[in-house]
Amino acid sequence: MTVKPELLVTAASMEELVRLAEAGADAFLLGESRFGMRLAGEFNLEKLLEAVNYANPHGIKIYVAMNNLIDNETVPLLPNYVRALANAGVDAVVFGDPAVLMAVREHAPKLKLHWNTEMTSTNYATANYWGRKGAGRFVLARELNLDEVLDIKRNTPMEVQVQVHGLTNIYHSKRSLVNSYMDYRTSSGTVESSSLVTDKDSGLYLIEVERQEERYPIYQDLNGTHIMSSDDICMLESLHELMEAGVDSFKVEGLLKSPDYNEIVVKAYRKVIDAYFANPESYQFDEDILDEIKAVQDPDRELSFGFFYKEQVY
Amino acid sequence: METLTKIKYRGKRHRLDRPELLAPAGNLEKLKFAVHYGADAVYIGGQHYGLRSGADNFSLEEMKEGVKFAEKYGAKVFVATNIYAHNEDLAGIEAYLKGLEEAGIAAIIAADPIIVDTAMRVAPKLEVHLSTQQSILNWQAVKFWKDEGLPRVVLARETSLEEIAEIKSNVDIEIEAFIHGAMCSSFSGRCVLSNHFTDRDSNRGGCSQSCRWKYDLFVDQDMVNSAEENKFTMGSKDLCMIEHLPELIEAGVDSFKIEGRMKSVHYVATVVNAYRQAIDAYFDNPVGYKLKPEWVEEINKSANRPLNTGFFFQTPGAKEHIYEAEEKAAPYDFAGVVLEYDEASGIALVQQRNHFKPGQEVEFFGPGGTFFKQIVGQIADETGTGLDAARHPMQKIRMKVDHPVKAMDMMRKKIR
Repeated sequence: MTVKPELLVTAASMEELVRLAEAGADAFLLGESRFGMRLAGEFNLEKLLEAVNYANPHGIKIYVAMNNLIDNETVPLLPNYVRALANAGVDAVVFGDPAVLMAVREHAPKLKLHWNTEMTSTNYATANYWGRKGAGRFVLARELNLDEVLDIKRNTPMEVQVQVHGLTNIYHSKRSLVNSYMDYRTSSGTVESSSLVTDKDSGLYLIEVERQEERYPIYQDLNGTHIMSSDDICMLESLHELMEAGVDSFKVEGLLKSPDYNEIVVKAYRKVIDAYFANPESYQFDEDILDEIKAVQDPDRELSFGFFYKEQVY
Repeated sequence: METLTKIKYRGKRHRLDRPELLAPAGNLEKLKFAVHYGADAVYIGGQHYGLRSGADNFSLEEMKEGVKFAEKYGAKVFVATNIYAHNEDLAGIEAYLKGLEEAGIAAIIAADPIIVDTAMRVAPKLEVHLSTQQSILNWQAVKFWKDEGLPRVVLARETSLEEIAEIKSNVDIEIEAFIHGAMCSSFSGRCVLSNHFTDRDSNRGGCSQSCRWKYDLFVDQDMVNSAEENKFTMGSKDLCMIEHLPELIEAGVDSFKIEGRMKSVHYVATVVNAYRQAIDAYFDNPVGYKLKPEWVEEINKSANRPLNTGFFFQTPGAKEHIYEAEEKAAPYDFAGVVLEYDEASGIALVQQRNHFKPGQEVEFFGPGGTFFKQIVGQIADETGTGLDAARHPMQKIRMKVDHPVKAMDMMRKKIR
């Protein structure tokens, strides 16, 4: 019998955090965009402390995203930040850049480390490499299929985290690509002037000429331009396959979604996890739970299995 | 902390050691031309673990031949093993790396830490250089990899010259930087558009260049652009730093890397030739160095896209992207390569690489900047039979040349 997996979610605000905690979340990924990438909302140190103070008595964990590609300017800020996180009592730091690992090892050695380089976290041997450097958890790339995920779980002593719901980033540039395009339109005389809100709440998306059905959200922030998947992963009906394998953490990505939507999704996953562990042998997936998500799903965004059941070529 | 750039501006210091010129070689022939035209090192792809599954790529036997050829020029051969491995790729890594070591390869360029780690363990004679796919922007991460035993890192293309100088002043390690060629507009490795659009894994060599496709931009239900105007795209102009070599040299860049394992032998020879001359001119006389317009002209003859300076001086904006329809080809095309030259008769034996015919204007060029134009006169095949055009690929053609040429000199023709 495997251990019950953690249900990890994002939150845009303290208010959403409380709602999602009540809906059944076990852990939250928070942070600020100075250090963390593609966050649902900004949690500075003060807000993080508030989150920890709420979460601790409820047995809920707070992880802090420091998964940016770190530049020289940010390096000197790392020691104080990781010390402050340790003092605040956060449960782990999520990193991709070795600079963060070095800062934590030197200045906050008790902080747990989750390794996450997004699309490039693709095999267990590399995970184990970062495990030897001090990471305790491996956050898997979303472009892996189920066989690869299960094989990774069998071959690493680290905790394994898998995204089970929501959109994923598919392209990240340091360039401000929407601004550049708007500037091009002005300078080429197509439009007289152009201003466009480009942040994550702006509702911008791309449609590729040959793929009219697919809408790819795009937004800009401090860290550049981000393009997101046109579908939302939804592993609800196959979740037991991941639970049987003993995957340690299921992540629901709440970025670009309303708190109402996220609450329904978290409740659904909570129900499925609890139902499975109430009696793994006789577990049957309850379609009705999926229907609750379908009822609030944006009709222009497909619920999909992501890459879990796909074969890729190269 | 004082950066090298600041130190440089205060005095009249000039760097003494010459940076390496590192060229791409998609196959054995390209390797030979890259080295002959002045590359200090070339990087190639093997049969596995490289990011250009569409390139010819080298067998171990070809690698050995390439290494032997390069040695004659004192040049080195590196192998790109820059994929992010999946579980199924792990089993063969050790044997593959040992094979590279045995073939005399000087270094691998690796992104995935497990390939880095395995190479250090099983192939100690292979140097390990960290690939740009690791997207490193800061000195602390560079120091991490130095502590792991790496002598060289290729930084993210997003680092500015100022940041490179700062990294150099903090960590004693070789810095390799791309100075020429096509660029990902994303952080390298941080793009899975291909995976989503075409089920091809970009980080294992399957990139379908979706960043250069055309997109309509919408906000809510409304299209921002009109159907008639040029659409949104992420496609970047190509990098070219020929006009800024002194800055790169004085910032402390140790290896100047040219992109393009998929590019033609003509491209590689032309670009290497120009940078070789510029680097040598600088070190011959740093104080009196001047950019020669012919280097820029030569580069433009091989360019497939408009050029820009990437992130070295500022973050690219509208001018650094390509929204108009792309010109598909470079303005000049490879027409032939000189195999032999007979001084007495002034006749060269030229191997045909593209259609050419009498009356056409062609250019001959060779290493070090030798160059002349001429009109093609009478041409004949090897047996002396006259021809109205050189139609057959690899056919050996005899033709009179206006000035002496050497084996491995090239002939190109204008196409637009």
